[in-house]
Amino acid sequence: MLQLKNVNLTLEGEQGKKQILKDISLTLEKNKIYVMTGPNGGGKSSIAKIIMGIYQPTDGQILLEGEDISTLGVSERARLGIGYAFQQPPRFKGIKVKDVLELAAGDNAKVNICDLLYDVGLCSQDYLDREIDASFSGGELKRVEIASILARKLKVAVFDEPEAGIDLWSFQKLTETFENLNHMSDTTIVIISHQERILRLAHQVIVVSEGMISEITTPDKFLGEIEKLETDCRCKNNCTFIGGRTDVQCDR
Amino acid sequence: MFNVIDKKMLAAVADLHGIPQGAYNIRKNGQGVERNTTANIDIVTKKDKPGIDIIVKPGTKNESVHIPVILSQGMSDMVYNTFEIGEGSDVLVVAGCGIHNSSSQTAQHDGIHEFFIRRGARMKYVEKHYGEGDGSGQKVLNPKTIIEIEEGGSAELEMIQIEGVDQTVRDTEVRLHKNARLIVTERLLTTSGQNAESNITVELIGEGATAQILSRSVARDDSVQVFHLNMRGYAPCRGHIQCDSIIMDKARVSSIPEITAYHSEAELVHEAAIGRIASEQLMKLMTLGLTEEEAENTILKGFLA
Ligand SMILES: Nc1ncnc2c1ncn2[C@@H]1O[C@H](COP(=O)(O)OP(=O)(O)OP(=O)(O)O)[C@@H](O)[C@H]1O
Ligand SMILES: [Mg+2]
Repeated sequence: MLQLKNVNLTLEGEQGKKQILKDISLTLEKNKIYVMTGPNGGGKSSIAKIIMGIYQPTDGQILLEGEDISTLGVSERARLGIGYAFQQPPRFKGIKVKDVLELAAGDNAKVNICDLLYDVGLCSQDYLDREIDASFSGGELKRVEIASILARKLKVAVFDEPEAGIDLWSFQKLTETFENLNHMSDTTIVIISHQERILRLAHQVIVVSEGMISEITTPDKFLGEIEKLETDCRCKNNCTFIGGRTDVQCDR
Repeated sequence: MFNVIDKKMLAAVADLHGIPQGAYNIRKNGQGVERNTTANIDIVTKKDKPGIDIIVKPGTKNESVHIPVILSQGMSDMVYNTFEIGEGSDVLVVAGCGIHNSSSQTAQHDGIHEFFIRRGARMKYVEKHYGEGDGSGQKVLNPKTIIEIEEGGSAELEMIQIEGVDQTVRDTEVRLHKNARLIVTERLLTTSGQNAESNITVELIGEGATAQILSRSVARDDSVQVFHLNMRGYAPCRGHIQCDSIIMDKARVSSIPEITAYHSEAELVHEAAIGRIASEQLMKLMTLGLTEEEAENTILKGFLA
């Protein structure tokens, strides 16, 4: 179980200090899938980075199985079993797919690297020896990134928009992969996503907006609200559905 | 014969773990100590100056020549080698110099290698430089490589200096004739107060000539690197220079490009980049459980592979 307690995050931006996250409290249980969604710039990736230790909270606490890990760095949290698949993974000149997957798997002997690539819809023979350099397409890069998380034995796995750039055939495979991970392990799965098919996998949907958690709900309720927005809003333009409210805020 | 240190250096610079197959000439402390020739590859000592002529018969296929040099004491060694790579042949040439200097004197090797790659011949040339030894004496290597590639010939050069050389000035000059092809891969790592300069000039003289230079380097500590990569196109031809450096600590790197076209159908591209290791790359590897230092080493090792 992972808990965030009253987490605040202020970062030094170009125009001075900016509060990115405001009083975030969350309890994420093992063997559950959470889907985090909400408007661009709302703070989803920042929450993921706070969990991974890439950002340190300005105040508040992060507890993993009851232990305070707030002050631990990225490597230490990784070794405790926290993983994060980047929204925009970096490329590496000279580092091959199999190098990254072997590093990720570490001494997790159960892992077969070829199976991992298959699970993310890549044909392993063609990819294992390829360098993760500029020649990698966006979609290929995302899939290797997801595979690098699946390679690990994790207590908490956070996937940041895993579906971005992934084609339809592979998308089907990907949703099955998340379901399998949920069935086969106790891992707490957090997926940041805007896709209905991914939202449907969730035990809980967490809506993040303006640096706050605006709503924690179920997929059915959340998708129902979206549908209401579509029918009630005539302008289809710039309208937002503020989480928790039952009416649509339409600009026209 | 060879002692343990010699053997270690031969392994480092020429991947030799014993006596090589094919033709070879091993030079130690200014003297040729071992030589073998084959039916197709002859090695002859020069009469007018130190060095050898390596003559590959036309049509020779899948043979190799190893010509490593080792220095195990403070001294200055100068050598001129000439390679005649016969028409239509296809060979591997492994050069390289290892210096083990535990003296307080400078150990210096200056080698001039001149190649004539005849019509339609192919050559792969691998040159590794390595220095070690805890003496205060400097380890200095100044290789000069001059290559003429005739019509339809090709050369692939791999030039690697990863460890322990204090001072190096590397000059490489290549002239390409009609439909000739060149690929240069350069890898350089400097640490502590080391200095390295690489000057490469490629002249694309014949129609359809192509050249590609891929240079990657890492500069650490207080070391200094300077690259002058120069390409000139005199005919319809294509040339590409890619020069990529990772800079760390208090090092200094200069990358000075020059591309000149003397013909309207010459296509020349130069790309150069110098920068730190991207923090995103470090972060990604750390999220897999590596420490910052392990992540850094993994990135550098891959980059220089
Ligand atoms: N390192 C940073 N420095 C300054 N501002 C930042 C930094 N990281 C994020 N922000 C800002 O914090 C806010 C939240 O960003 P975040 O990336 O968490 O949003 P998100 O919900 O993941 O958005 P998206 O759906 O576009 O991925 C944005 O306004 C962003 O510009
Ligand atoms: Mg994001």
